[in-house]
Amino acid sequence: MNTLLSSKKPILKVSNLKQYFIVKREALFQPKQVVKAVDGISFDLYPGETLSIVGESGCGKSTTGRSILHLDEPTEGEILYKDVSLTEMSKKELRNIRGDIQVIFQDPFASLNPRRTIRQMLDEAMAIQKVLPPKQREARMLELMQNVGLRPEYLERYPHEFSGGQRQRIGIARALAVNPKVIICDEAVSALDVSIQAQILNLLKRLQNDFDLTFLFISHDLSIVKHISDRVMVMYLGKIVEISDKASLFKNPLHPYTKALLSAIPVIDQTIKRERILLKGDVPSPLNPPTGCRFHTRCPFATDLCRDEEPLLRELESGHLVACHFAEKLSAI
Amino acid sequence: MLLFILKRLAQVVPVIFGVTLVVFLIMQMVPGDPAIIMAGEGASTETVEQLREDLGLNEPLHVQYFSYIGNILQGSLGNSLKNNQPVLDEILIRLPITMELAFFSILITIVLGLTAGIISAVKPYSVSDISVMVVALLGISLPSFWLGLLLMYTFSIKLQWLPVAGWDSFAHIILPAITLGAGGAAIVARMTRSSMLEVIGQDYVRTARAKGLKEHTIIYKHALRNALIPVITVVGLQFGSLLGGTVIVESVFAINGLGRMIVDAIRTRDIPMVQGGVLVASLVFVFVNLLVDVMYKVFNKRIDLN
Amino acid sequence: MKEDILLEVKNLKTHFITSKGTAKAVDGLDFVLKKGETLGIVGESGCGKSITSLSILRLIPSPPGKIVDGQILLHGKDLVEMSDQEIRKIRGNQISMIFQEPMTSLNPVIPVGEQIAEALRLHQKLSRKQAWEKAVEMIRLVGIPAPEKRAKQEPYQLSGGMRQRVMIAMALACTPEVLIADEPTTALDVTIQAQILELMKDLQRKIGMGIIFITHDLGVVAEMCDKVAVMYAGQIVEYQTTANLFKTPLHPYTQGLIGSLPKLYEDQEELQIIEGTVPSPYDYPTGCRFADRCPFVQDLCRNQQPEIIHVEDSQQVRCWKYTDQWKEELVKEEVIL
Repeated sequence: MNTLLSSKKPILKVSNLKQYFIVKREALFQPKQVVKAVDGISFDLYPGETLSIVGESGCGKSTTGRSILHLDEPTEGEILYKDVSLTEMSKKELRNIRGDIQVIFQDPFASLNPRRTIRQMLDEAMAIQKVLPPKQREARMLELMQNVGLRPEYLERYPHEFSGGQRQRIGIARALAVNPKVIICDEAVSALDVSIQAQILNLLKRLQNDFDLTFLFISHDLSIVKHISDRVMVMYLGKIVEISDKASLFKNPLHPYTKALLSAIPVIDQTIKRERILLKGDVPSPLNPPTGCRFHTRCPFATDLCRDEEPLLRELESGHLVACHFAEKLSAI
Repeated sequence: MLLFILKRLAQVVPVIFGVTLVVFLIMQMVPGDPAIIMAGEGASTETVEQLREDLGLNEPLHVQYFSYIGNILQGSLGNSLKNNQPVLDEILIRLPITMELAFFSILITIVLGLTAGIISAVKPYSVSDISVMVVALLGISLPSFWLGLLLMYTFSIKLQWLPVAGWDSFAHIILPAITLGAGGAAIVARMTRSSMLEVIGQDYVRTARAKGLKEHTIIYKHALRNALIPVITVVGLQFGSLLGGTVIVESVFAINGLGRMIVDAIRTRDIPMVQGGVLVASLVFVFVNLLVDVMYKVFNKRIDLN
Repeated sequence: MKEDILLEVKNLKTHFITSKGTAKAVDGLDFVLKKGETLGIVGESGCGKSITSLSILRLIPSPPGKIVDGQILLHGKDLVEMSDQEIRKIRGNQISMIFQEPMTSLNPVIPVGEQIAEALRLHQKLSRKQAWEKAVEMIRLVGIPAPEKRAKQEPYQLSGGMRQRVMIAMALACTPEVLIADEPTTALDVTIQAQILELMKDLQRKIGMGIIFITHDLGVVAEMCDKVAVMYAGQIVEYQTTANLFKTPLHPYTQGLIGSLPKLYEDQEELQIIEGTVPSPYDYPTGCRFADRCPFVQDLCRNQQPEIIHVEDSQQVRCWKYTDQWKEELVKEEVIL
């Protein structure tokens, strides 16, 4: 996989992305506070792969997705789509690119206009991106409905007439309507029941094959991430702590946070022997992140070095990067 | 909190300027020449002209406005055109009366409104709820001059329990305060009801029930505090319309308050008096609003923290 | 072991009577909770698991909800028949609850210590001071640092994990015999979930209460529960020990549910799915409620509702497949073929 990837050119290249938000002051002489939601992350997304971003709330995974979509203007850093910088593009150029990068949200209902039928919605999406002349759109819509497993007569219905799973299918159809290259799935199956979740995951996998799509899959659920990804990136408090191909990450997690995360997931097979790392305390506030390694306050292996010096992301094994001072030592445990 | 209060105080300045400007311009557009009215009918053209010169009415508009603002900044609201007495003196006599009336009215608005709203919300769609809401609807729809006359007829003339008009004793306050507070009470009642119903449906009220608390503890301790937050805003807004309402109620009950003073001044084109009265009324309104905002923040700390 | 039985639910039916008709949210439930035991109730949204938990403490909003039939016996005394005053003495005292959303389940304007203390004053007749001290003690017990300081804070000053710990402290303050936990970790991050589950197990060892654990997460069930009831469309379709359930799931729905779960320690190319959707609680089919989605469905299933049957000693399932009629049905079919 890795040799294959390195021979390819990335479709999306994120370098040193920073996304800061300023918090309103509460007292008169209090200094301005800055939330460093994403604090200097770099990664590549290769055509045809699924890269997952996983982490707990406040780790910056959704913010990363929003920055790539340019819903928020990045504070610093560069995002290259097919070698063109998104940060330097004009509004108009950006609009054209938007068709190439689509998004599916956790709650499709919130992003579907309640007063428009599915037909109007799909038609509008195609019209804005000028993907097809009006005459050919009808056939395309029927095709889309078939692709996502919805009956063609549903085109005339409104969003409230659908169940959660069906709405997610509509969200997918709308994303597909403009022939995207990259789809960002932001907790796309998190709100669904397991049986429906399985349907949508299978659908996403099939569509990726059929249409040569690249997925950036944002999720908090490691089991789902394991199922759908080629590569996985683990984030903690705005930083990447580990990034690797799936097999290597799940077989041999290098970062203590990844280990803890994996061991915290309840599994149905209780016969599997797992060493459980129970993390103490809560995730610190991104307003005032810990010095050095951001994980040191909860890490069972932290030393003075971790408190003082921030570990850099480094390649420990081929294609497996980790940001921990003691990764070599810990992997031996 | 201090920062917030300072910010809001800073906003008051342009508002007050806006008020003075609008009142000034409107009074300029109103037909009728104050000099003629002041000089009395049949006065000679020379007298009128002389008066106009003395009052500075021949100056260009912006000069008149700025001299007016200049006077305000020096603490003077000018003299009445009618009797040449300082406007401020007159206002200082009238304002306490109106404030007293407003205070009791808002008290009625709050007490009556909250009680009615809670009674309604505790048993929604029951007989008590429906009757309270019908009365509230009446309270909103009845114009205050009509309600005032109705109350006066019933309690003063027929039953002879309360004095008809004037402002001498506590008994005099009752009818005007009810008249003025009723509309607000009705609005507060409806707001309290819907706010309470929303809060009663919240998870933490279910938690309180699951703890085994008695129903009245749930209502007064757990629900009401949260339900009050939107009601505070409504009460604040009501105070504004209440100030406006004093104009009518003071006229109906012959009370020599600020509202009645402004009406009289408008009728006699006593421009400084109108301007002064409106300015003071708006100041009161602005500061009450500030107070409401501060209370809202105190009650609802978590809003801007999240 | 009759004396070990804490809570026994018999033929519980909770219906919602609305303008759209009658929604049979819970439709004939039987289960038993023993001392120190954890019973899982698992199912997907709308299966009636949360309504079940609210029914036990009679917290169903009424109207439109109503317990129309059945018994809920706590040490043999029927909670359904109790007066409002009697049930209030049970709530938060002998039976307590924790809810899914720690964000919204605590009163936002009351200090958390007071929210714990008020139950103590009510049920244990403690003085203000004693109740407060006990509340602080409870906050310490659930593992929140600086309990004296935290007790005076309002919920917005606490993290999500801490709020759920406060909920647990509140529920356990009066040492209840039964704790009903309705999706207590669903809104939390996994590392925090792991902490809370550990805490609940630990406190159960200390206090010895029976727990009814309501969840949609089969992994959490495996970790926490001794027995499981799988609910579908207002009924229990399978009821057995947790170990058995994951080893030999009997009901086709349970099998489908387990199959559709992405596994952390297995590689699957495609996830198994359950076709179709849950039937509406306003209009259940006459036969088995899972018939339309079941891969094994026969005419028998569509025509007649299956009863709960005992397969082995401790295994119960609501499915025609495990009956004698099923064999006859198959024979019939072969004859036709």
